[in-house]
Amino acid sequence: MIRTVWSALWSQWRRNPLQLFTLMAGLALATALWSGVQAINAEARASYDVAAATLGEGQFAQILPSEGGAIAQETYVKLRRAGWLVSPVVEGRLAGVRVVGLDPLTAPGGLGPVRFAQGADIIPFLSGRGQVFGGAEALDALKGQTEADLILSPDVAPGTVLTDIGVAQRLLDMPGQITRLIVARTQPLGRPDLATVAPGLTLRPPQGGSDIGRLTDSFHLNLTAFGLLSFAVGIFIVNGAIGLAFEQRRPMVRTLRALGMPLGQLMGLIAVELVGLALLAGIVGVALGYLIAAALLPDVSATLRGLYGAEVSGTLHLRPVWWLSGLAISVGGTLAAGAGAMWSLWTMPLLSSAQPRAWAMRSGQAAAVQGALAVGLLAVALGLALTGDGLVAGFALLACLLIGAALLLPIVLRLVLAGAERLAKGPLAQWFWADTRQQVPGLSLALMALLLAMAANVGVSTMVSSFRLTFVGFLDQRLSSELYVTTDSAEQAAALVAWVTPRVDAVLPIQSSQITLAGRPTDLYGARDQATYRDNWKFLDAAADPWDQVAAGAGILVNEQLARRSSLSIGQTVDVAGQSFVIVGVYGDYGNPIGQAIITETVFHDLFPQITAQRFGLRLPPADVPALTRALTDDFGLPAANIINQAGIKAFSLGVFDRTFTVTTALNILTLSVAGFAILMSLLTLAGMRVPQLAPVWALGLTRAELGRLELVRAVLLAILTAVCAIPLGLGLAWVLLAIVNVAAFGWRLPMYLFPWDYARLVLFALVAAGLAALWPARRLARTPPTDLLKVFANER
Amino acid sequence: MLLTVTDLRKSYPAGDNPVTVLNGVDLTLDAGQSLALTGESGSGKSTLLHLIGGLDLPDSGAIVLNGADIAGLDDKGRAAVRRGTVGVVFQQFNLIPSLRVADNIAFHARLAGRHDPAWAARLADRMGLTAHLAKFPEQLSGGQQQRVALARTLAARPQLVLADEPTGNLDEATAATVMDLMLELVAETGAALLIVTHSDRVAARLDRRIHLARGRVT
Ligand SMILES: Nc1ncnc2c1ncn2[C@@H]1O[C@H](COP(=O)(O)OP(=O)(O)O)[C@@H](O)[C@H]1O
Ligand SMILES: [Mg+2]
Repeated sequence: MIRTVWSALWSQWRRNPLQLFTLMAGLALATALWSGVQAINAEARASYDVAAATLGEGQFAQILPSEGGAIAQETYVKLRRAGWLVSPVVEGRLAGVRVVGLDPLTAPGGLGPVRFAQGADIIPFLSGRGQVFGGAEALDALKGQTEADLILSPDVAPGTVLTDIGVAQRLLDMPGQITRLIVARTQPLGRPDLATVAPGLTLRPPQGGSDIGRLTDSFHLNLTAFGLLSFAVGIFIVNGAIGLAFEQRRPMVRTLRALGMPLGQLMGLIAVELVGLALLAGIVGVALGYLIAAALLPDVSATLRGLYGAEVSGTLHLRPVWWLSGLAISVGGTLAAGAGAMWSLWTMPLLSSAQPRAWAMRSGQAAAVQGALAVGLLAVALGLALTGDGLVAGFALLACLLIGAALLLPIVLRLVLAGAERLAKGPLAQWFWADTRQQVPGLSLALMALLLAMAANVGVSTMVSSFRLTFVGFLDQRLSSELYVTTDSAEQAAALVAWVTPRVDAVLPIQSSQITLAGRPTDLYGARDQATYRDNWKFLDAAADPWDQVAAGAGILVNEQLARRSSLSIGQTVDVAGQSFVIVGVYGDYGNPIGQAIITETVFHDLFPQITAQRFGLRLPPADVPALTRALTDDFGLPAANIINQAGIKAFSLGVFDRTFTVTTALNILTLSVAGFAILMSLLTLAGMRVPQLAPVWALGLTRAELGRLELVRAVLLAILTAVCAIPLGLGLAWVLLAIVNVAAFGWRLPMYLFPWDYARLVLFALVAAGLAALWPARRLARTPPTDLLKVFANER
Repeated sequence: MLLTVTDLRKSYPAGDNPVTVLNGVDLTLDAGQSLALTGESGSGKSTLLHLIGGLDLPDSGAIVLNGADIAGLDDKGRAAVRRGTVGVVFQQFNLIPSLRVADNIAFHARLAGRHDPAWAARLADRMGLTAHLAKFPEQLSGGQQQRVALARTLAARPQLVLADEPTGNLDEATAATVMDLMLELVAETGAALLIVTHSDRVAARLDRRIHLARGRVT
């Protein structure tokens, strides 16, 4: 019996290979997009990690010699043996270039920002002559200094080169020496104290810095949302394919049941069949996703992982998770997409008509239900947008908005097309509009997929671009000093101020204290009254002349997170260490998880006399930066890791964004291709139904070529209409991501900017996708032999 | 002479040796004249009608319609013939499913540039379709659909009406009414008429009658 069922199920696919192909391809593409996004997220995170490590700031704790000098290699080995997950870094200057040597096998994130140029591979990096990665200028400066291969890698911070630790030790003539150790974020429990294993070393906790990592968390959350959306687009295709297949299965199911097959067992077998197909497509999809990610981010860490697999520390658990989540989402998506079809098979009465219903011709009643559902969902979305709060509400809003809009799309399209038909002048135009309207139900799943794909693209482009604008503006404001230097003690700080003051335009001390403000943990900063702040800071909301009021002593500035969470606004009074201040400004502080406030330096010193600044911003002409950096290390003796060049951070973050742009553009094109594929499959499925609809028009005096052209125009036109609907939907999506999800998740709101040219380009992409999808069916139609068209009118055939 | 067909040949590919359906057909038809075409099922009546209507291409021979040979025309030229000179009524599925009855009736005439609303309304009235003008084809019975097809053809005032068993799918009573209306109205417009029919009663009412057998007119 079971074998009969299997062969019956399989024979359906054999008779409809196109359906099977649509199902598998849709599922594989959906899974590929999802896992590709996941991989890109993981890779991007690794890049930030290594950047943070090489820039010597950010999220990683570091171990440094207490007295200056170097760490011996044996000390490093001792620490590793004792269980400390640390990675050695050798750092120094050669010909004016900062040389950073890393151990790619233990460094967090491998060598993230470095990509292998064509023809290069990991072996020479690890052994032999070695490879040195850097920007063009840095590599030029090193020419003739080393016999290692110089590899152009624009992602490395300016003035810096990255290389393997062994190569760096040779280059810098520091055999067996280590400058500092990067401490991985998670450490094994029960490892001995640093002081017991390696006296003479100090652990420096991670520094707030520019919070690239935390800021980008928000970005990754949004990118993940995009991945889910891409997946949803694919699931629309799968849903269509399964729905059609199950419609055609009705008679067979009836026959099998009449033969005595229990319904439960039959459904079980169908479920097993679906899961099997989903697993198969999922494997293809995950592999495809890996290829996508590898093509988009061909950097060292991916290669490392590929080469070493489970051996590379920190990535040990990554790959199985990746595979499993890809397969899980493929199976889950298939079951979700198939649930409706399974349900209608389950509830199908044994004796009703065995005629498969034409899936394209849904009844008017179904359309009314769909419309009501759409309006209901959109109403819920509106309600959530007005009153909702929190992450769950944000995602519920997203779901209601997208599903509601997708369900509404066919109804809107039919209304628009009916209007166009009424306005049409000639008979052909009238027929064209009427006929297009008739095609909407059959194409609606594909058009919904296109709508979601485009909305996701508009939303993500808006989000990424807004993010970039905000982030760059924010960095300009926050990193307005040319150099940032950190000292290790109050004495060193005093010496540095004395040494550096005559050499720069201004020294801006960075000093803060952890306090509780309006009931929340807050970093309170004391800022010097200086033009740098007045010129560069932008406020979300401010009283008149905020910096004057701060300088006068009674004014305080708070960050957005604090203002939102504690409902603070301009003019309100807050208490700091027993003294009250008036809020005179609220500023954006992207990426910071906790509250922050600023008062003037003099008052800060009165309130917290024990705190002295150990970090400083230095203002100087940008042209003098390299010379001063050299003098700081060579003459004053500050370790290079204690000096941050803001231009480097900015260039790096722009690099990260530009790479992200490449990735999102590629994903945009991929998602649109998936939607285009859905359109193609729908058109091919509908092609059989088209001939009877077109034959009368042909007989009345149109050529087949004209009909083919009109088919193409029709597809493009539907794509245009869908695109027009997708833009507001995409902007809504971006708004929800930026203004609701982000605020709920991180406490700050990203401003939203509009990018009309990007949208225009997306519409163009969508038209190209739809046009390409329609090209083949249209050509086929234009070449239909007249006898095939004439068969429509003959009774006997 | 409105139509002169000379030595018309047509075969369909079928495996290795093609099936010859028309093997040298000759026929003529004057303007305003009516002609019944009979023959057994499979004798090639529909094939001949399609060739005369510019719907398909012959292998050889001439079809001179209004002084021009349409056998040599390309796709575009034949579409123009269908649009402007002839009107065809098939056995079934004549109508454009996405257009309402009124728009279906007007479609051919508007395409040919000869739309006359008063004439279209009169045809609809004579065919008893006035109450159904706002309906879609799928909402009509078979007899009603054939009447709409007829009204559409006549509304376009073609010089030659071709009808391929136009009542073949209808029950006898309905078929008789539709056929009566057809003959009456075609005569009124002065168009020439070529009907494929099995009915001797219908054939007897036409000016001439030809029989198709073994690929030739007998
Ligand atoms: N498209 C076609 N391909 C192959 N054979 C065809 C085709 N159309 C018609 N025929 C064959 O040509 C012959 C004549 O068909 P037809 O003109 O429809 O006859 P009638 O209308 O007189 O019944 C039949 O044998 C039929 O099978
Ligand atoms: Mg026939």
